[in-house]
Amino acid sequence: MSTHTYAVRDSATMLRRNLIHMLRYPIALMLVGIPVVLLLLFVYVFGGTLGAGLGGVSGGRAEYANYVLPGILLITVACAAQGTAISVAMDMTEGIIARFRTMAIFRPSVLTGHVLSSLIQTMLSLAVVIGVGVLVGFRPTASPVEWVAAIGVLAMITVAVIWLSVACGLVTKSVEAASNLPMPLILLPFLGSGFVPTDSMPAAVGWFADYQPFTPVMETLRGLLLGTAIGNNAILAVAWCTVITLVSYLWAKKLYNRDPSR
Amino acid sequence: MAPATSRSAIAIAVTGLRKSYGDKVVLDGIDLHIAEGTIFALLGPNGAGKTTMVQILSTLIGADGGEAHIAGHAVAQEPDAVRDLIGVTGQFSAVDNLLTGEENLNLMADLRHLERAAGRRRTAELLDRFELVEAGKNQATTYSGGMRRRLDLAMTLVGDPRIIFLDEPTAGLDPRSRRTMWQIIRDLVAGGVTIFLTTQYLEEADQLADQIAVLDHGRLIAEGTPDELKRLIPGGHIRLQFADLQGLESAARAVGESTRDDDTFTLQVPSDGGVRSLRALLDQLDMASIDVDRLSVHTPDLDDVFLALTGQPDTERATVR
Repeated sequence: MSTHTYAVRDSATMLRRNLIHMLRYPIALMLVGIPVVLLLLFVYVFGGTLGAGLGGVSGGRAEYANYVLPGILLITVACAAQGTAISVAMDMTEGIIARFRTMAIFRPSVLTGHVLSSLIQTMLSLAVVIGVGVLVGFRPTASPVEWVAAIGVLAMITVAVIWLSVACGLVTKSVEAASNLPMPLILLPFLGSGFVPTDSMPAAVGWFADYQPFTPVMETLRGLLLGTAIGNNAILAVAWCTVITLVSYLWAKKLYNRDPSR
Repeated sequence: MAPATSRSAIAIAVTGLRKSYGDKVVLDGIDLHIAEGTIFALLGPNGAGKTTMVQILSTLIGADGGEAHIAGHAVAQEPDAVRDLIGVTGQFSAVDNLLTGEENLNLMADLRHLERAAGRRRTAELLDRFELVEAGKNQATTYSGGMRRRLDLAMTLVGDPRIIFLDEPTAGLDPRSRRTMWQIIRDLVAGGVTIFLTTQYLEEADQLADQIAVLDHGRLIAEGTPDELKRLIPGGHIRLQFADLQGLESAARAVGESTRDDDTFTLQVPSDGGVRSLRALLDQLDMASIDVDRLSVHTPDLDDVFLALTGQPDTERATVR
């Protein structure tokens, strides 16, 4: 008998558990305030100047609202990831996890429950941020097909970042440490093409910005939502997401399966 | 599943089990054989290694050496076969605090892969049996210690495990909740379940267990039925204290078999601690017109067991070894 036969059923059960948690204590959803505030800040405070620097036809605040939104979306993903790391770390301190470990269930289901519930919360947060974006001047030109593709790209990077933060939540000994570990992710959109074009940066920073994983994701989103050139960014985005997901999944699984006494 | 299950009447077999944390040896070569359908009590003070033992047998952690089989399945090699047969209620609450009592039980039913309707029936049945029907609608955070322990045990029972591990099931419970828990344990065994229980209380092991093993610093220092074990330890006694040597002497003559201490004017009279024997003793003293300064009744406890088995009281041994 193998517990693998119960992979889907156990994961669905754990998702139900995490959804109840989400309704009663929605950590990831509560963190949606950060990207919303950043969006307002960048559109209404910095937007006029930064937008002028983009050198587009219309220039100014309206153009910058369009330019900055993909970056803000990835900040939303990074903030939600922090919530995931916190809830995983909190869960691991609970006695019920020891109970799960002594039951014949598909082991990674505890983790997939967290991932699926965080994915749902993050997609909701992204919808909120896009909604606020439209209110402050974001004007996407995407066709329905492009919208579906954009949502797909967002889901992919979300899953990748969530698995990474699940591992972060497992590797730390305390909830406080778990909340800090995914923090650098919030900086990645700034050190990429999220807020200003990378060719305006000093050589070394620009080089990092060009080759880090968030840049191709943001460029792909920009292309899908606003019709800019995508080039090979789509392939790079898919490749990055796949690699991060796979490595993080294996790492998280290994961390969860380690003997708690060693 | 392996055919060994039906052939053997041994539920839990352990040979040469060892476990250390760094330099600290927690289990130092444990051998145990527990028959199906019995209650086994592992008795020992804090830090003796009781919880570690339960954690290894319930597949939560690995051992460093030796072997353990649950219903014929090796704990280390076939953990999922073992997990299918066992239920564990640990020392620390293993309920989901954000879920209601009912949701916790439904969660267990789903994870035990029961049919949906059968799972919901089982939940209702257990809520009723553990007097949690009303509380079942509330989140577990709001539960009292006793309710939480009942929910914890109810969750363990959802899948009808054949072998149940209870790690100090009554620690921190008030006397009434403790008796309720004892009754639940007795009912379980009446249904053919095997129970592996750890406890710090001699009385609890005495009340419940068919077999008791005494664990001390990672070794089993005694094993047997409660009666066999109690024969090893001195029985209870009544301690009488007198104002002067004269009182002590006349009392010693009046009551017969006893141990006297001339320095403190005390007399220890063997007794089962019951009211009848106490009254008889007081009648004897009355008849001889002896005044007793102070009287106290001592029943044998874990300290007496350790004193008898190791020759040293529990508290002093740590430094000796």
